[in-house]
Amino acid sequence: MPKELMNKQDIDRALMRMAHEIIEKNRGTEELCLVGIQRGGVHLAKRLASNIKEIEKKEIPVGSLDIAFYRDDLNIRKEQPVVRKTEVFCEVTDLKIVLVDDVLFTGRSIRAAMDALIDLGRPASIQLAVLVDRGHRELPIKADYVGKNIPTALSETVEVQLEEEGFEDRVILKKLSSEE
Amino acid sequence: MLKKKDLLGIKELSLEEINLILDTAAGFKDVLGRDIKKVPTLRGKTAINLFFEPSTRTRTSFELAAKRLSTDVINFSVPMSSVVKGESLIDTALTVQALGADFIIIRHPSSGVPHLLAKKLRASVINAGDGTNEHPTQALLDAFTIREKKGRIEGLEIAIVGDITHSRVAKSNIYSLTKLGSKVRLIGPPTLIPKEIEGTGVTVFHNMEEGLKGVDVVMMLRIQMERQGKGFFPSTEEYFKNWGLTPERFSLAKEDAIVMHPGPMNRGIEITSEIADGPRSVILEQVTNGLAVRMAVMYLLAGVRR
Amino acid sequence: MIILVKNGHIIDPSQGIDGVGDILIEDGKIKEVRTQNTPTPTLPHRGGGQGWGGDSELRTIDAKGLYVLPGLIDMHTHLREPGFEYKETINTGTTAAVRGGFTTVCCMPNTYPVNDNASVTEFIIRKAAQEGLCTVLPIGVITKGQKGEELAEMGAMRDEGCVAFSDDGYPVTNSLLMRRALEYSKAFSVPIISHCEDLTLSEGGVMNEGLLSVTLGLKGIPAEAEMIMVYRDISLAELTGGRLHIAHVSTEGSVRLIRDAKKRGVDVTAETCPHYFSITEDAVTGYNTNAKVNPPLGAKRDVEAIKEGLRDGTIDVIATDHAPHHIDEKLQEFDKAPSGISGLETALGLSMKLVDEGILTISQLVEKMALNPARILNLLVTGPKGTLKPGADADITIIDMKKEVKIEAAKLTSKGKNTPFDGWVLKGMPVVTISKGRIYEWQ
Repeated sequence: MPKELMNKQDIDRALMRMAHEIIEKNRGTEELCLVGIQRGGVHLAKRLASNIKEIEKKEIPVGSLDIAFYRDDLNIRKEQPVVRKTEVFCEVTDLKIVLVDDVLFTGRSIRAAMDALIDLGRPASIQLAVLVDRGHRELPIKADYVGKNIPTALSETVEVQLEEEGFEDRVILKKLSSEE
Repeated sequence: MLKKKDLLGIKELSLEEINLILDTAAGFKDVLGRDIKKVPTLRGKTAINLFFEPSTRTRTSFELAAKRLSTDVINFSVPMSSVVKGESLIDTALTVQALGADFIIIRHPSSGVPHLLAKKLRASVINAGDGTNEHPTQALLDAFTIREKKGRIEGLEIAIVGDITHSRVAKSNIYSLTKLGSKVRLIGPPTLIPKEIEGTGVTVFHNMEEGLKGVDVVMMLRIQMERQGKGFFPSTEEYFKNWGLTPERFSLAKEDAIVMHPGPMNRGIEITSEIADGPRSVILEQVTNGLAVRMAVMYLLAGVRR
Repeated sequence: MIILVKNGHIIDPSQGIDGVGDILIEDGKIKEVRTQNTPTPTLPHRGGGQGWGGDSELRTIDAKGLYVLPGLIDMHTHLREPGFEYKETINTGTTAAVRGGFTTVCCMPNTYPVNDNASVTEFIIRKAAQEGLCTVLPIGVITKGQKGEELAEMGAMRDEGCVAFSDDGYPVTNSLLMRRALEYSKAFSVPIISHCEDLTLSEGGVMNEGLLSVTLGLKGIPAEAEMIMVYRDISLAELTGGRLHIAHVSTEGSVRLIRDAKKRGVDVTAETCPHYFSITEDAVTGYNTNAKVNPPLGAKRDVEAIKEGLRDGTIDVIATDHAPHHIDEKLQEFDKAPSGISGLETALGLSMKLVDEGILTISQLVEKMALNPARILNLLVTGPKGTLKPGADADITIIDMKKEVKIEAAKLTSKGKNTPFDGWVLKGMPVVTISKGRIYEWQ
């Protein structure tokens, strides 16, 4: 049976806190742009943006980033990742970009996302916001904003389920039956 | 997921596979609109263009598609190769594979050559046109263009005009457009449309005016000059008079109909310049979309397990 | 040497035999045949008068439960020698022949040099006598160099051993010349075997014309390319009274034309090949060059018509058109690959399916594969062959209807592994072939 790590309320609270932290660290919302990594990160970026609007009364741009073209595991995956849209509406050059993802694990997706982002322009800075950090980094990558740190085993998997995808909001821990 | 390591023809593809390629191509089209038009996706792979027929457009399109994916490309064209020295096709292909090719993109005047190579090679074979059989990436880019322009393909009335008998572009388009749910009409002289082709579910017209009535898309084919005087039609003048696309004839199509042509065009023989350069011509967009579709094909084939 | 084939089910349409019995062979000739229905034979008395069983030189073959047939005659074989020994030789071709139950093969003249004069004919006959496992009867060309321009020396070739004349593969397009050939050959009582194809209509074609050729993008040959020439040659045979034999009939229309001609009393005979009644053009799917053959494999209705033609006697003969090619030649572009099927070793098994399907009786099958070829080529007189009558050449094919054999292209005896029947399971394959008293046996 999967174990529930966060419920809807936990997620809402974490995202609200992260919104505050983002504003605090960037001293406002000037030059700020949120970019969600397809797919889970996109919904979270939108939620963060609406939280920020609630706090600061300012609209900030939200983009989506598909990292399929930049992955380093195309040769070892069982199938080719589905290519989704990349829509970064803001010119990234000179902006402060906050990458948003649901789970931070090995750090390889974030590496791919940074490459993809840099191909779109030269951001002033890149920050990282994740709902869950489950450890086991394989690259020197660290999140700036974390919803919850959850120590896990490699034999487990963390799944973020969101209303936007037709679920009830929650984060669950599952035993891994086969390779991810 | 594509099921086979090779793209041999549209005949061999399922509807789901066609849609997957078109959807994936949309992602690559985004890339082509950026300042940095290159992604590292297939870095370290090698593609070899093995062209046994002269072709600048298709070869260049594949070459650029590969480069945009960070794949190395080599052009292996016939006059430079040992084929002229009497080397067999299989030996040439094995040699090319031994050079480390992951993709072999082949164009050949004989139908079925990609199929023969696919059986003998580990590399992914991509058919860039074989004899009078198929030219699958052209049909995919045509479908992509129609979908982009019309928002859908299902239910559209699409006319393909010209030399159907000798056209691999027409064949591939017939298979893809019928699989995607459109109604296909073929228009041309009876000498250039095989009578059995109605068995593929198309409707044949020999009268251009009748055939164009109410269509959403007009797809013109190139008339090959060498057919003239071989009993297919007496002269290009007579061909143009009966089957050339003029503004008057094009007005019989739907008001928002688009015109397509795989190129290279014979202006004044199958199509007038007013139409080719007109507002409803999508001929140049087809070329751009060709890149996206060919990138998508290579990307998806690279993921097929051997 | 004396050979006794015992207790086999003997089928010999030339004598109306269809029953269990024994055959005695002496010095390469049939000595005697006895069946349950025939009176006790006179036995040869040797070494103490022990009769059929008591001679030391006697070799007994137990054929209980097996069919014993007159040796099969293939009147359409390509042995490729001289000139194309990399495809097949007289030795390897005749080895494949006896493996397939044939004791006589008639080799087509499209060798290099072509068999258009007595010295080539003589070479083939001499080589066959030295290295052949069965009888080889050459077929000479109609025109010198197979060029379709002037008649070859038919008389000289006939005297040297040619049993028929044919421009197989390169049909005589000139109608006047074909007329002369049919007229001239009458002097020697040998048939003209016509490969019927209107070359202008079939130009560039590599398979049957139809929806499949359109969807494969291969140039089609319309059935009419054969029919037009069948009609021309029947007309010329009618005009001249010459002896016309139509090679490898493959289309519904040709069967109809031949049937009508026979009804009118035209002196025409016809053959088909196992591939024309066993498979359709569908075998080409996937660009299988082993299914590339000329004339091309037809549609389903052609296959049905060929079977009906065999059943009602319109088609007299089943020949193999054995056309071996080197594997590298077939491993090419479909357009470039040569036409032909290696057919000697599958012909009998495929034809036996007609018996299974009730289209032919086994006796009728023997007529199509032994007796009728012998009649057409005048072999009932010379030899004689195609019969088990006493005095005939001891050519016998013994088959086991119960045994199933899986065809494996790579394991064919012929040098030509080009068969579209790879993996097929066939029944009625020969277990013993006796050619002029020489015995070949298989497990």
